[in-house]
Amino acid sequence: MIVVKGLKKSYNGLQVLKGVDLTINKGDVVVLVGPSGCGKSTFLRCLNRLEEPDEGTVTLDGQEVTEKGIDAMRAKMGMVFQHFNLFPHLTVKKNITLAPVHLGLMDQATADAKAMELLERIGLADKADTYPNMLSGGQKQRIAIVRALAMNPEVLLFDEPTSALDPEMVGEVLELMKELAKGGMTMVVVTHEMGFAREVANRVIFIDEGVVKVDKPPQEFFSRIENERLKAFLSKVL
Amino acid sequence: MAYLTQQFEILSALADNGGDLTAWQDGFLKFYRAFLANDRWLQYIEGVGTTLVVTAVALAIGVILGGTVALVRVAHDQQRPHHRNALLGFVNGAFKVYVTVIRGTPMMVQLLIMGMVIFASSRNFTMVGALTLGINSGAYVSEIIRGGLMAVDPGQMEAGRSLGLNYITTMVKIIIPQAIRSILPALGNEFIVLLKDTSLITVIGGKELLYAAQGIYSRTYECMYPLLGIAVIYLVLVMIFTWLLGKFERRLAQSDRR
Ligand SMILES: Nc1ncnc2c1ncn2[C@@H]1O[C@H](COP(=O)(O)OP(=O)(O)OP(=O)(O)O)[C@@H](O)[C@H]1O
Ligand SMILES: [Mg+2]
Repeated sequence: MIVVKGLKKSYNGLQVLKGVDLTINKGDVVVLVGPSGCGKSTFLRCLNRLEEPDEGTVTLDGQEVTEKGIDAMRAKMGMVFQHFNLFPHLTVKKNITLAPVHLGLMDQATADAKAMELLERIGLADKADTYPNMLSGGQKQRIAIVRALAMNPEVLLFDEPTSALDPEMVGEVLELMKELAKGGMTMVVVTHEMGFAREVANRVIFIDEGVVKVDKPPQEFFSRIENERLKAFLSKVL
Repeated sequence: MAYLTQQFEILSALADNGGDLTAWQDGFLKFYRAFLANDRWLQYIEGVGTTLVVTAVALAIGVILGGTVALVRVAHDQQRPHHRNALLGFVNGAFKVYVTVIRGTPMMVQLLIMGMVIFASSRNFTMVGALTLGINSGAYVSEIIRGGLMAVDPGQMEAGRSLGLNYITTMVKIIIPQAIRSILPALGNEFIVLLKDTSLITVIGGKELLYAAQGIYSRTYECMYPLLGIAVIYLVLVMIFTWLLGKFERRLAQSDRR
C-alpha cells in the first residue's frame, strides 16, 4: 500500500536517510526502532511530506506522494505526534470534527455523531465539550488518535506516541493502539515500547545508519539477532 | 459658573487698570482664560474626540496593514525551499522595505513628508495625519503580529497540515485564533502609544488635542495652563485605557485557564 523507494534526506549536509526502501502492506503494523537520532521521525515525516525528501519516492496506493495534491494524500495518512498537538482553542469535539467537516468529507451533524461514537469507544464521551487543557496526557493522546481516526485514514503514523506521557498513562494509549491494530488498521509506529512491538507488531524494523538494517516479524527480530548494532541497541533498551 | 465669570470680570478689570493682583488671583485669571473664557473647554473636548478618532483610525489602518504584512512575511518564511512562489517573494521584499523605511525614519519626518509633499494639496490635515500614523503603526504592528504568529507551537501547523487542511485554512482556523491571544494585549499597548503620538500631527495642522491648546495660547499668550491642562488630559486618557487593558488581559488569562 505504501511503497518507499530510495528515500534520502539530509539536514545541512548531514545525511540522515541514505536510501530507505520499504513496502508497507495493508493491515501491517510496523514498528520502527533505532538509536536516537537515526532518522525514525524524519522517515515518518517524509511519508506524509511534513519533511520534503531530497530523493526517492513515496507512493500510496500506487499514487506518488508529491507536493501537488499533498493535502488529499495527507487526509488518507493520519499522524499522531509525541506531544499530541491538540488544538487548545477548540473543544475536544471540535478538534475531532474540524478537518473532516472542512474538507467536505462529512457534514457537521455526521461528524459530530462520528466524534461522539469514537469518544464513546475510548470512554471519553463526557469530555466532548471540554478543552484539551483540562485533560490528562493519556486522555489527550487518545483524543489525538481519535482525531486522526475520524478522517477514516488508510494508515496511521505514530511518532513516539507514549514518550511524553507519565508512566501510568502509557498503558491506556498502547491499549487503544492495540485495539486499532486488531481492527485491521494499517499502522507505522515509532516507539521505544518493545513490549508493544513484540505483542502487536507484525513487522519490526531496525533503522540504522540511514537505511533499513533489519525487517522481521517480532519473534525473529527479538530472538535471532544477527546484526551487531541491533544487538548493542537492544541491550540498551531492553 | 456665573460666580466664576463675575469674579473673572472683576479681576480682569482690576488688572487692566494696573491694579495689583495676588498670585492666586493671577493664576485664576490665567486658568479662566485657558479653559473657561469663550467656552474654550469645548475646544478641549473636541480635541479629545479628534484624538480618539485619529487614534482609532490609525490603529485600524495599522492593524489591517500590519496584519497583511505579517501574514505575507510568515507565509514567505514558511515556504519549502524548493517551492518558493515568485510573487510572494516579491511582495515580501516590498513589505520588508516598507518596515525598514518606516522603522528607520522619524515619525515627525514621515508626517511632514506626507503632509507637505505627498498630500500637499489636501486640506484635510487631520485625516492625512491619521493615515500617516496608521502607515507608521502598521510597520510596528506587523512585527507584533508576526511575533504572535511565530510564537504558536509549530506542532499546531503540523497537526493541521497532517489532517489534510491546506496552509491558509490551518492559518485561519488554528494558528491565528491562538496567536490573537498574545497579540491583543500588545495591540492595546500600541493603541496607547498611538494615543500619545497623535499629538505629533499638529505639525501638519492636524486638529487634535494639542492643536486646541496651541490655538488657545496663541490668543491668550499664556501657555502654561493650556499645556499642563492637556498633559493632564492625556495622562488621564492613558490611565483609563491602561486600566481597561489590564482588565481585558486578566479576562484573557482567565479564559486561557479553562
Ligand atoms: N529540522 C531539522 N533540522 C536540522 N536537523 C534535523 C532536523 N530534524 C532532524 N534533524 C537531525 O536529523 C537527525 C535525525 O533526526 P530524527 O528526529 O529523525 O531522529 P529520531 O530517530 O527520530 O530520533 P529520536 O529517537 O531522538 O526521536 C538528528 O541528527 C537530528 O538532529
Ligand atoms: Mg524522533
